[in-house]
Amino acid sequence: MKAKVYVTIKENVLDPQGSAVQGALHTMGFEEVGKVRIGKYMELNLDTSDRAEAEARVTAMCEKLLANTVVEDFRFELEG
Amino acid sequence: MKFAVIVFPGSNCDIDCYKAVEDTIGQEVDYVWYTATDLSAYDAILVPGGFSYGDYLRCGAIAQFAPVMNEVVKAAEAGKFILGICNGFQILTEAGLLPGALLRNSGMKFRCHQTPLEVVNNGTAFTNQYSQGEIINIPIAHGEGNYYCDDETLAQLEANNQIVFRYAGDDNNPNGSLKNIAGISNERGNVVGMMPHPERAVDQLLGSEDGKRMFTSILNAWREQHGAAVNG
Repeated sequence: MKAKVYVTIKENVLDPQGSAVQGALHTMGFEEVGKVRIGKYMELNLDTSDRAEAEARVTAMCEKLLANTVVEDFRFELEG
Repeated sequence: MKFAVIVFPGSNCDIDCYKAVEDTIGQEVDYVWYTATDLSAYDAILVPGGFSYGDYLRCGAIAQFAPVMNEVVKAAEAGKFILGICNGFQILTEAGLLPGALLRNSGMKFRCHQTPLEVVNNGTAFTNQYSQGEIINIPIAHGEGNYYCDDETLAQLEANNQIVFRYAGDDNNPNGSLKNIAGISNERGNVVGMMPHPERAVDQLLGSEDGKRMFTSILNAWREQHGAAVNG
């Protein structure tokens, strides 16, 4: 089974990278761009076929290591 | 008094910390590898700056699970003095020993220069040799020192006098940190984290010796606890 994990800075926390990229896009003429948020994408191959177990284990991985829940949100999808 | 300087793969201020202890207060100091499983011999633990584990994932994210960190947590619980500098501060927040987190600098640049700091709380074991409100000159060198915590945590920090240093002066915040915070303590006051580098400010040849008194403060606090002669 594969987990696709997305980690992003929380909505209410300033994302300096996102702001810089937004500024660059505006300079380039892409005025339609509103807020930009930059995050991380991770793929984890899991040695399990038990979906419920995988969900609980990946949640624990995110809370303990993959995201810093003080400033980041996470979500993930399970495939296979 | 005995100091430990923790060395992670990628630490690069460990030698500066070690030398600062030797040169400012002449106390015993050891490098302690990140795999160590016993810190009971030490009275103070310095978590140095650098790029532990290459800053992979997030600054300090992987270091928080190094074997030695269990011992750092135990030492914190035992009331030992723990000082995290720069990456050390990031590691202590990741490990939950200090509240909040360090984000990317608001200006996106790695900032490396002298910075005036205000001593906001001189009542800690790390700052007792400074005057309240004193402005000291200490260098910074970081890309991710933008301190953030939620409103509730900030209110607690202020109520418990846990803000130890702020960047001093108007428009002088180098990284966008909340309320110009440069360093904080835990509620008990025995764990401090700061982005600026006092260990790089221990001799006029380095541009400032204002960092010296952090080390004399720690020794002073330890001697007071142990009933030994106080270093005036």
